[in-house]
Amino acid sequence: MSLKDKLNELHERGLTEIKKSGDLKDVNQVRVSLLGKKGPITEVLRGMRDLDAEERPKVGAFANEIRDDLTAALAKRREELENAVLNSKLANEAIDVTLPGTPVAKGEPHVIQQIIDQIEDLFLGMGYQVLSGPEVEEDKYNFEMMNLPKNHPARDMQDTFYITKEILMRTQTSPMQARTLETHDFSKGPLKMISPGVVYRRDTDDPTHSHQFHQVEGLVIDKHITMADLKGTLQVLAHELFGDKFDVRLRPSYFPFTEPSVEADITCFNCGGKGCKVCKNTGWIEVLGAGMVHPNVLKMAGVDADVYGGFAFGVGPDRFAMLKYGVDDIRNFYLNDVRFLNQFTKKG
Amino acid sequence: MKISYNWIKEYLDLNVKPADLAEKIERTSVEVDDVVKPSDGLKKIVVGHVLSIEAHPDSDHLHICQVDVGEDAPLQIVCGAPNIAEGQMVIVALPGSRIANNVKIKKSKMRGVSSAGMICSLQEIGFPEAVVPKEYADGIYVLPADAKPGDDVYDYLGMNDSLIDLDVTPNRGDMLSLYGTLHDLSAIYDLPVKFDQPAVKEAGEPIADQLSIHVDESLAPQYKMRLVKQVKLAPSPMWLQIRLWNAGYRPINNVVDITNYIMLKYGQPLHAFDYDKFAGEDVYVRNAKAGEKLTTLDEGEHDLDVNDIVIADDKAPIALAGVMGGLDTAIADGTTTVAIEAAVFEHDHIRKAAQRHNLHTDASQRFERGVNRTGLQDALDAAAQMMDELAGGTVQTGTVVAADNVPAPAVIDITMSRVNAVLGTDLDQAKVTHILETLGCDVTADGEKLTVTVPVRRNDIHIPADLLEEIARIYGYDELPATLPTGRMTMGELTTSQKLMRATRHSLEGLGLNQAISYALTTEDKAKMFLMQPSEVTKLAWPMSVDHAVLRMNVITGLLDDIAYNSARKVKDVALYEQGRVFYREDGTDRPSEQEHIAGAITGTLLPTAWDAPAQPVDFYQVKGIVAAYLKDMAVNGDVTYVANPDMPEMHPGRTADILVHGHRIGFMGQIHPTIAKKFKIGATYVFELNLQAIIDMPKQENQYDVISRYPAITRDVAMLVDNDVTNDQIVELIEKRGGAFLQSVKLFDVYDGVKVPKGKKSLAYTLTFQDKHETLVDDVVTQAFEKVEKRLQDDLGAEIR
Ligand SMILES: [Zn+2]
Repeated sequence: MSLKDKLNELHERGLTEIKKSGDLKDVNQVRVSLLGKKGPITEVLRGMRDLDAEERPKVGAFANEIRDDLTAALAKRREELENAVLNSKLANEAIDVTLPGTPVAKGEPHVIQQIIDQIEDLFLGMGYQVLSGPEVEEDKYNFEMMNLPKNHPARDMQDTFYITKEILMRTQTSPMQARTLETHDFSKGPLKMISPGVVYRRDTDDPTHSHQFHQVEGLVIDKHITMADLKGTLQVLAHELFGDKFDVRLRPSYFPFTEPSVEADITCFNCGGKGCKVCKNTGWIEVLGAGMVHPNVLKMAGVDADVYGGFAFGVGPDRFAMLKYGVDDIRNFYLNDVRFLNQFTKKG
Repeated sequence: MKISYNWIKEYLDLNVKPADLAEKIERTSVEVDDVVKPSDGLKKIVVGHVLSIEAHPDSDHLHICQVDVGEDAPLQIVCGAPNIAEGQMVIVALPGSRIANNVKIKKSKMRGVSSAGMICSLQEIGFPEAVVPKEYADGIYVLPADAKPGDDVYDYLGMNDSLIDLDVTPNRGDMLSLYGTLHDLSAIYDLPVKFDQPAVKEAGEPIADQLSIHVDESLAPQYKMRLVKQVKLAPSPMWLQIRLWNAGYRPINNVVDITNYIMLKYGQPLHAFDYDKFAGEDVYVRNAKAGEKLTTLDEGEHDLDVNDIVIADDKAPIALAGVMGGLDTAIADGTTTVAIEAAVFEHDHIRKAAQRHNLHTDASQRFERGVNRTGLQDALDAAAQMMDELAGGTVQTGTVVAADNVPAPAVIDITMSRVNAVLGTDLDQAKVTHILETLGCDVTADGEKLTVTVPVRRNDIHIPADLLEEIARIYGYDELPATLPTGRMTMGELTTSQKLMRATRHSLEGLGLNQAISYALTTEDKAKMFLMQPSEVTKLAWPMSVDHAVLRMNVITGLLDDIAYNSARKVKDVALYEQGRVFYREDGTDRPSEQEHIAGAITGTLLPTAWDAPAQPVDFYQVKGIVAAYLKDMAVNGDVTYVANPDMPEMHPGRTADILVHGHRIGFMGQIHPTIAKKFKIGATYVFELNLQAIIDMPKQENQYDVISRYPAITRDVAMLVDNDVTNDQIVELIEKRGGAFLQSVKLFDVYDGVKVPKGKKSLAYTLTFQDKHETLVDDVVTQAFEKVEKRLQDDLGAEIR
C-alpha cells in the first residue's frame, strides 16, 4: 500500500470517528488518536524519509491537506456538540413570559392638571404668557375692575366667599387680567396672556357643583384684535382639547366685563352633533364664555379704549374633564380616590 | 319667562316651527331652557259629559258616573273627586289613554265596580300644581259648558301651544315680555310686528277729585294710577286663563289676572289695590319708617327697613313698592273699586328689598332689570280697558301722574370702520343701518359715521360696544370669519418659577406619587396642624359648611383627608403629592400672604405588592429617598441635611426630621403621630411638606461635565461598633474629612443593632472608594489614608473597628 493510499484510508477512518464522537470528551480522544505525536499521520510522515526527493514534497503536501481537513472536521464537530449542550441548558431555563412584570413606582398628573398643561402649552405656542394671581383677592380686582361695581345685579350670579368686606376668595381668575392690564407696557407689544388657577364659589358641593374648581382665563389686547380672532382662537382651543372634528359656535350672552359677550358651544361628544340626551337634543354643549373686553375694563386699568381693544375668554378645566371623560361627579376631582386618579394615564 | 308660540304668531307672520324658533332665539338673543308642548305624551284624553252619578255601594267617597264621551253608549267611570256633579263637562282619560308621567289608563274595577277610564284633574294631565285654579286644586277640572263630548281636550285647555322657556340674562330685561320679545324677533326675522293698543273708554268722575299721590321722585321716577269703579270680580274667560297658566301663573280672578296678563304682554308690572280700603284719598311713595310693619299678599309679615320703598296711605304702608302688595288693600271678595298702579322704582332699592325680605317676585325681577320707561301709560290704559270689558268696570276719567321722568334715548356715534375693525367683518353701511333700524333705532349717516338713537325700552344699550353686539348677533355669529390675532410677535414662555413647579410635579410623579388636588378650605383644627411658621387663621365670613370654613396653612391635612377617603373605601396603598398654596396671616392684617408648598403623604406600600415582590410597608427611609431624589432634581445649591425634630405635636417624636438646605429649614418629613392618624382614621402614614417658594428662590447648581477617570478605583470596607447615639452623619462627615485627597465616596452598606452586638451599640459598615483622576493609585497610598480614617473613628467616635 502506498503512503498516499494509507493517508486516504486514514482520512476516511478519521472522518467516520469524528462523526461518531458523542461528546466533547470523545472529540478530544479522536483528536489525540488521529493527530497526536504518536498518531498514524505522524507515523506516515516519518515514513517519507524512504521516498525519493521527487515524491517527498507531493506526499508531504497531501498529508498536510488531510491533517487540516481532519482538524476542521474536529472543530466543527466540537461546535455542534457545544451548541447542543447550550441549547438544552437554555431550554431548561424557559419561563412563563405571561407572568406580570415587576411593578415600578409611578405617579400620574391629576386629570385637571393635564388639561391645564395642555391649554398652557397651546397658548404658549401662540405667544401667550401664563400668569397666576393671588387666590385671596381684593373686591376691587375680582369685581370692580371687571366692571362689576358693588351694586351690580350680576354679583348675585356668583356667590362669593368673603373674608372681610373687601377681601374675598377669588371667584374667577380674571383679577389677574386687571392686575396685568394695569402694568402692561403696550409700547413693548400686545398683551397676550392666560391665567389658570383655582377659584372658589359659595356653593353646596353636589355632583355638578363644587365650592372649589379651576378656571383658565385668556386675554388679548392690541390695536387690531377682532371678534373673528376670538372665534378662531376658540376654534383652535376646541380642536386641541377635543379633536379636529369638533366645531365651535357662538351665541349671545352677558358678562359685565365683555361687550359683545358670547357663550361658546362645541359639538356634542356623545352624539357628534346629531342630538341626544346629554346635549338636550341640540347637538351642542356649552363649554365657555367669552367676548370683546368691555371698554370700562380697559379704562379702569388705565388703557386707552379708543386705541386698544381685544378679547377675553374663560374656560373651566373641571367642566372640560367632565365632558371629555364623562365624569359624572365633579367631587371626584377633589377627593383623590386613587382608583379615579389612575384612570388618566395616557401620555402625549 | 315662558313665552307662548301661539301668542307670538298673533303678532308676527312667522313660518317656522316652535323648535326652530327656539333655536333661533338661542342663537341670536337669549338662552332657551326648553320648548314644551303640554299635550306631548298625552293620548286619548277627551271631553266627557257627566250624565248621571250615583254613590258607590261599597265606598263613602266614590261615585259611579255615566259619562257621554261622544260614542254611541256612555262610559261607566268610577270617580273619587269630591266636586264631581251631574251635567259637568269633564276631562276623561279613555281606556288605553296615556296621562301625565307616561301613565297608562286601562279598564279596571274599583271595589267591584267596573270603570272604563278616569275623570282627570289638571294635575293628572300634566299641569303644575302652582297654576291650577284654586277651586279645582283638590278635585277634577270642569270644562266650559260648550265643550263637545268626545273632542280632544287639548285645544280647550291651550295644550297644543308650544311654550318657549327663555333664560333671560340680567341685561335683557326687555325680553321679559311678549312685546319685548316681538321687537327682537322682528329684527331677527326682519318682519314687521302688528302691535295693538286699545283705546280707553273713560266714563266716570275725574280721577283727580278722588285720589292724590305724593311721590319721592328719587325712589319712584315714574308713578301713575288709574281708577276703575263698579268692577265685578269673577273668573277670567278661558282664553285669558290659558295665557296665564301657560306662562306659569295661576288664574285667580279677572282683576288680578288682568294685571298679570298686562305684565306678561308689556313687561310693566302693575299692582291693583282695593281703593275702598285706603285710609283717606292720599297715597304716598316714600321710604319706610323705623318700626313700620307690613303683611304682604302672601300673608308674610315684614318688619320694614328704612331703606325699603313703600306705598302708604294716610295711616300705614299698603305695599312693599315694586315687590309685593299688602294684604289689607288686596283685591278680595267685595272689591268694587280698583286703583291700578303703574310705576318705575329705583332698581337698587328694589334689589335690596327683595333680598332683605327674601321676596323675589316677577315684579321685583323686572324692576331690578329695568322696565320700558316709555310704556307705562299703554300698559295702564290696556289694563283699565280690560277691566271695563272683562269685569264690567267703569274707568274713571284721567290718570294720576305723580311722576313721569322718562329718560332721554341714548344717542351713540359709531363709524363703519370701527364696526368692521372690531367684528373682523366687511359689512356695508346699508346692511348695518338696516340691522339697527329693525331693532327700532333711528340711524342718520354722515359719511361713514352713523348716529344711532336707541329706543328707550332697550336700556342695555349705551355705548358703541353695545351696538356692536346688536349688529353682530343680528348679522349672525356663524357669519363671522375665524382668524387668529396678528400683529407684533410675542414670546410665549413659562417663567423660571413656573418651570420649576412643572419640574417638581414631573419629579414626584417619576418617584411614584400621584398628584392630588385637595380642598384649600378646611376646618380651623386642620388648618392649624403641621404649621411651618406661626400664623393667624383666616376664616370665611359666611362659610357654606364647617368642613370648609378656614384657609389651609398646610397641605398635608388635605392629603390625609384624601388618604382617609381612600382608606374608608378599602384602598390601603396610597401615595400622593400636592402642589398648592398655604395662607399665612399676620395678626392685624386682613389679607393672608400666599406661599407655594409641596407636600406628600404615603401609607401602605409605595410599590404595589406583586407575585415576585413581597409587600414592603412604607418607612421613613423610603420617603427620605423620595425627598432626597426630588431635591437633587431641583439642583438646590447647598448641603441638604436632616435633623431630628422631636417637637412637632402632629409628628412622631422619634421619626421626624427637619429638612435644611445650607442650614435653613425648608420643611420637614417623617411619620405622623399615631394620635393624629387615629383622628383621621388612617394607618401609619409618612409625610413631607416643603416650602416650594423657598426652593424656587434658592440658587441652583448648573449641570457640569466632569471627566470620567480612566484610572481604576480602589475600594476598602470598614465595619465598626459604635454607641447607639452616634449618627451616620457624624461618621460620614468624619470619613470625608479624614479620607484624604483621593477619597471619592463613602457608602453605607450595612446597619445592624440586633442580638449579635452588645446592648447600647450598633454596627455600621461602609465602603470607601478611592481614585486618582490622573494616574493609577498606589495601594500604599490608599492603605495609609484608610488607616488614618480607622484611627480617627476610634479616637473621635469611640468606634470599635471589626
Ligand atoms: Zn348629543
